[in-house]
Amino acid sequence: MPAYRPPHISPSEITPKDIYLSRRGFIGAAAAAGFGLAASSEALAAPLSAVPGPYKLNEKLTPKEAVTTYNNFYEFGVNKEDPSQNSGAFKTTPWSVKVEGMVGKPKEFGLDEILKMKLEDRTYRMRCVEGWSMVIPWIGFPLSAILDQVEPLGSAKYVAFETVVRPEEMPGQGGLFQPLPWPYIEGLRMDEARHPLTILAAGLYGETLPNQNGAPIRLVVPWKYGFKSIKSIVKIKLVEEQPQTTWKNSNAREYGFYSNVNPAVDHPRWSQATEQRIGEGGFFGTKRVDTLPFNGYANEVASLYSGMDLKANY
Amino acid sequence: MTSISAAIPALPRKYHAASIWALYVIGLCPAAWYFYQAATGGLGFNPVKTFEHLLGIWALRLIIATLAITPLRDLFGINWVRYRRALGLLAFYYVLMHFSVYLLLDLQLNFAAVGGDIAKRPYITIGFAALLCLIPLAVTSNNWSIRKMGQGWIRLHKLIYLIAIGGAIHYVLAVKSVTSGPFAHIALIGILVAYRLIRRPLVNWKRGRRQSAQVVR
Repeated sequence: MPAYRPPHISPSEITPKDIYLSRRGFIGAAAAAGFGLAASSEALAAPLSAVPGPYKLNEKLTPKEAVTTYNNFYEFGVNKEDPSQNSGAFKTTPWSVKVEGMVGKPKEFGLDEILKMKLEDRTYRMRCVEGWSMVIPWIGFPLSAILDQVEPLGSAKYVAFETVVRPEEMPGQGGLFQPLPWPYIEGLRMDEARHPLTILAAGLYGETLPNQNGAPIRLVVPWKYGFKSIKSIVKIKLVEEQPQTTWKNSNAREYGFYSNVNPAVDHPRWSQATEQRIGEGGFFGTKRVDTLPFNGYANEVASLYSGMDLKANY
Repeated sequence: MTSISAAIPALPRKYHAASIWALYVIGLCPAAWYFYQAATGGLGFNPVKTFEHLLGIWALRLIIATLAITPLRDLFGINWVRYRRALGLLAFYYVLMHFSVYLLLDLQLNFAAVGGDIAKRPYITIGFAALLCLIPLAVTSNNWSIRKMGQGWIRLHKLIYLIAIGGAIHYVLAVKSVTSGPFAHIALIGILVAYRLIRRPLVNWKRGRRQSAQVVR
């Protein structure tokens, strides 16, 4: 008896092409969502509209691709490309931010409520403590708008911030060699937090924040080194004492609480006099520009520190 | 232990010279590949820094390979001593390229900044000192120097241990936090240098065991 041979049927005879192609899309999306296989979260970015903000900056914007692929976000890994490659599984909905501590009305803000704030275009320079910089068109609103709603007590002198901890979605928070202790924590003095330049950003380049840039909500303090601008915030606490901050805890000699951009105060291991503009110049003509005191925002913020020794309070 | 060396097929002697030249060619491939990538936009938005760092990491890897030759022979009976000079010289070329990228593409021949870095930044001071120490080793990496210098050559080339430690410290001080990548390189250098401290007694012990085995037979 001859062995049974199944009739040859090509897959296209069984499943119409448009359906199996869409199935591939679904599998791809599921894999991306489930395992974060180099999934750019840009696919999840939604348009975000905003009104023009009060601060104009006539400098060339850093290309969007650079802003979204050259990142420091150690929760997703320590290499610059890690956050864009490893953040596909990070879920930003549902999301809420608890605002508590020395306030009259502690409150948990849902993301939808945050996105209903009056969003403004805020194009700022961003200077990393490592010696590079960008010009980024953020979308956000003053942090003071949130602080006003919770009615800070007179005894509140500082604001402490905290990033989410989710090792299952943030590969940098798992494994044997943790670059930093989690959660990532940051802090500002109350007058810094209430300064009109200080914003909570929910988007960039006209869209909601990609995961690698600190989705869904992050701080942006443009006159301080980038690590002060804490990402993916879940908690804001008003406190009386100067709060602990992650990089200062990690190496107090190199990273201070204030960390104002200052070309006259070198990092112990490198100069802060100049900075490299990312996305400009390329391989054979790196573009270096002079770093400005307070990252060019001295007119707005220098008065916050009048009488303070900026070398001692780095 | 001899089973490991037996498992690796011996290369016929007539191919030894060719295999050494092949090692030089293969060893320079990462640099050529990364240069091509950097020049064509394949190394991201900070290609100079990325290229500089990759060259430094490959220099450390080649130093690790150079230091591994002796323990491979002592412990596993694998004799790759013929490749050691090529590995050491490749390490020197990578350190030289690493420094050249820093000088030419990163600081763009701003000699004041280079001098300031070398004087003020300990990790750059150490890295530069390691580069300087590598020069006499590279210059004397030829048969003529070995014949001419005799015991002095052996003493001079012990500098590689200091260079390896310097390279490891340079790496630790250059990163913001020591993660698995830096740790693996530093640990390997630490183990390979520490091995030199126990090598003499270990080799004597092994030799003694072999001799006593022969006596019994």
